[in-house]
Amino acid sequence: MATLGDWIKPHPTGIYVEPGDFWIDPSEAQPMAVVTHGHADHARSGHGHVLATPETLAIMETRYGTYPAATPAEMGEVQRIGEVDVSLVPAGHVLGSAQIVMDYRGERIVASGDYKRRPDPTCAPFQPVPCDVFITEATFGLPVFRHPDTEEEVRKALDALHANPERCVLVGAYALGKAQRVIRHLRDLGHDDPIYIHGAQERLCTLYQDLGVNLGPLVLATGKKKDELKGRIIVCPPGALNDRWSRRLPDPITAMASGWMRIRQRARQRNVELPLIISDHADWDELTETILEIAPKEVWVTHGREDALLHWCMTRQIRARALSLVGREDEDD
Amino acid sequence: MRIHVGVKSFADLLERLVYTRSRNAKIKLIADYLRGSPDPDRGWALAALTGDLDFRSVKAGLIKTLTEQRVDPVLFKMSRAYVGDMAETVSLLWEPPPGEQAQVEDVRLAEVVDRLMHLGRAEAPAAMAHYLDVLNPSERFALIKLATGALRIGVSARLAKTALAQAFDLDVDAVEEVWHGLAPPYPELFDWGEGRTAQPTHEDIPVFRPFMLAHPLEDLQVDLADYVAEWKWDGIRVQLNHVKGDTKLFSRTGDDVTGSFPDVAEAFTEHGVIDGELLVRGEAQGGVEGGAASFNALQQRLGRKTVTKKMLAEAPAFVRAYDILFDGAEDLRDLPWTARRERLEAFVARLPSDRFDISAVVAADHFEHLSTIRERARDAAIEGLMLKRRDSRYVAGRKTGLWYKWKRDPLLADCVMMYAQRGSGRRSSFFSDYTFGCWTEEGELVPVGKAYSGITDEELRQLDKFVRGNTIARFGPVREVEKSFVLEIAFDSIHHSTRHKSGIAMRFPRIHRLRTDKPAEEADKVATLEAMIV
Repeated sequence: MATLGDWIKPHPTGIYVEPGDFWIDPSEAQPMAVVTHGHADHARSGHGHVLATPETLAIMETRYGTYPAATPAEMGEVQRIGEVDVSLVPAGHVLGSAQIVMDYRGERIVASGDYKRRPDPTCAPFQPVPCDVFITEATFGLPVFRHPDTEEEVRKALDALHANPERCVLVGAYALGKAQRVIRHLRDLGHDDPIYIHGAQERLCTLYQDLGVNLGPLVLATGKKKDELKGRIIVCPPGALNDRWSRRLPDPITAMASGWMRIRQRARQRNVELPLIISDHADWDELTETILEIAPKEVWVTHGREDALLHWCMTRQIRARALSLVGREDEDD
Repeated sequence: MRIHVGVKSFADLLERLVYTRSRNAKIKLIADYLRGSPDPDRGWALAALTGDLDFRSVKAGLIKTLTEQRVDPVLFKMSRAYVGDMAETVSLLWEPPPGEQAQVEDVRLAEVVDRLMHLGRAEAPAAMAHYLDVLNPSERFALIKLATGALRIGVSARLAKTALAQAFDLDVDAVEEVWHGLAPPYPELFDWGEGRTAQPTHEDIPVFRPFMLAHPLEDLQVDLADYVAEWKWDGIRVQLNHVKGDTKLFSRTGDDVTGSFPDVAEAFTEHGVIDGELLVRGEAQGGVEGGAASFNALQQRLGRKTVTKKMLAEAPAFVRAYDILFDGAEDLRDLPWTARRERLEAFVARLPSDRFDISAVVAADHFEHLSTIRERARDAAIEGLMLKRRDSRYVAGRKTGLWYKWKRDPLLADCVMMYAQRGSGRRSSFFSDYTFGCWTEEGELVPVGKAYSGITDEELRQLDKFVRGNTIARFGPVREVEKSFVLEIAFDSIHHSTRHKSGIAMRFPRIHRLRTDKPAEEADKVATLEAMIV
């Protein structure tokens, strides 16, 4: 038998699956793309045909307009593309995010896309699938990254809010996934007040609500008087935290929800006062425990700090290699 | 009020300080902590903040070795390279042995400090490892910072002392004054602060006395009948203090710089305290008569813990005395300047003349005459003039009307904005720090300096808008901009520098004017700036 997984060709611009003649998350327009989830660095516009979960397709439509040729694939449903059986299973990253399970001539390869293992009230949990090759991300692939309990982190925002009734808490959160997850967690902790959002997050929040994720009362923050915003939680994209937009807010406590907040210097660089370590990516323990749980014959590492994860695999006699994909650094997560 | 005794609340304080930008907010955090903590814990915390804690048997190397025993060294190295800070890296990836739980009970700060103080080298590894095992990441961070010194969390010793003063309604200069004679955990300070005792005094030790400072003269004119003029030498202000065989040199901020200037310190053996300018022998300032090299020459000797013989021979330092605070044990600070000057002259006469002289009074008939004299100062590389009220006492800090600095007019150059970065505090959302450059003969733009002051809020908004609309590249927080905006930069002087690509470095650069009228090609050349070096 030939080399394990030699029917899959990693390119800097994505993963090409030869016997199915399709690409996974290509960063350039391709005739046929299977897309793991809706983040812009994985789901770009311009492909001829797209196969993804209905939620991911809805996100892509919200961002790029209607696709001429899109195949919605329900989780678990097996589709034959060329000579490859393809099915999608939940990755737990954001709403609609899926791992791509591929069977070809008795070999199974799972491309996890981006994933996490801890509970997320806005999406289905990651489902481990036994396989020969597990293609993993490594965004937080260093042992310094251990995300604490999400609820405790979200509670910090509420504590800050209650301790400072004259101010507002401005939470920087990625517009797709993170923002909705933070809002949903706030609701679960009993915060029923209207939550104010930046205009750039409106469409995706509406879509989440349409797809059944109840986010409670949301109000656009833009143009609101300072007095109205005192004592409120405002969610905005990370880029707006220290930008002109936030200058008109009532003395905001600048918070940011991101796995990078684990590193003090990262938080300081962004002028963050209240770092909330909340990530949609697996932390070091989740990455390594997932590999041990799935126990694949080989691990392929796509993007992030792959060196450390490769080293860890080596010390445990797990075969591993790096795939160098470009443009996948998720700075805002 | 909440009572803070443990490592947990100290860790919490550090955590908050790390993420607080505003100086006032930092002061309040520290003040609240000091008020809410018992002795001696708060004294140890204060010593950690001011950098006055040192444990002989716990050094950064020990923490590194311990971590390598606990964590895969390769992963440790990769993590360290990524995080940048050793204490933070270790705090995040330290792995307690299986079964060991982070303890719920807090450990008293004083207990930890006491233990660390009395550790022998042999027992240090096990003791530190134990603490790292039972603490959580944030507490580990605090412990490592505390144990290895150098907090590097954006809190200066001065800020911590200001917080102490604020906590107990003391005068910060009075705190500075007593500070240097006390040792952690400073029971005398807290007794004084809480009104149990009077202000501590130091008659037998050379402690720092706060400096008297000057206001800029701006457009004011003074009557020379009331004010005396002296040259403002371009070195560093120092205070020399000798008591019972012990000599200290303090910088304006109260830092002990004795170690950098042993030549001067050894020569100062008279009991008393004087204020003067530390300079290096040369002829750049005031020619042969002035006898002082440029600030640049002095810079070679700054910030060094030890000085080589070669350096002492090549750049001998001396002090040009401005004032006297104590003659023997006698406090002269309440005397008028004229009386102090007489005492100073008599005092300096007792010191070796190769290391000490007196800043001469500049004779002038009237203010206009003085103005003409000042114009000549640039050629002499002197910063300008000082004007001191003849009847003024020696008062800590800047008191209006007593001392003025009358700097010569700044040098000016037209430079092109190259890079911009966001500021901090009130200006945090604005691009307010600018790197600017001048043209080489080959027509290349090279950076010659960086400035972030001198502009009005309106000008700031204008520059901010320019940066946003003309960004051509981003490097992390830094934006590279279209090379089209000309800034008129004012600076006090310019020197050769091996640290900068352009080979020159400006002293006190600030933005003088926005030259929206000037095309970038017409900005100054590096050669023009080089010609300004004296």
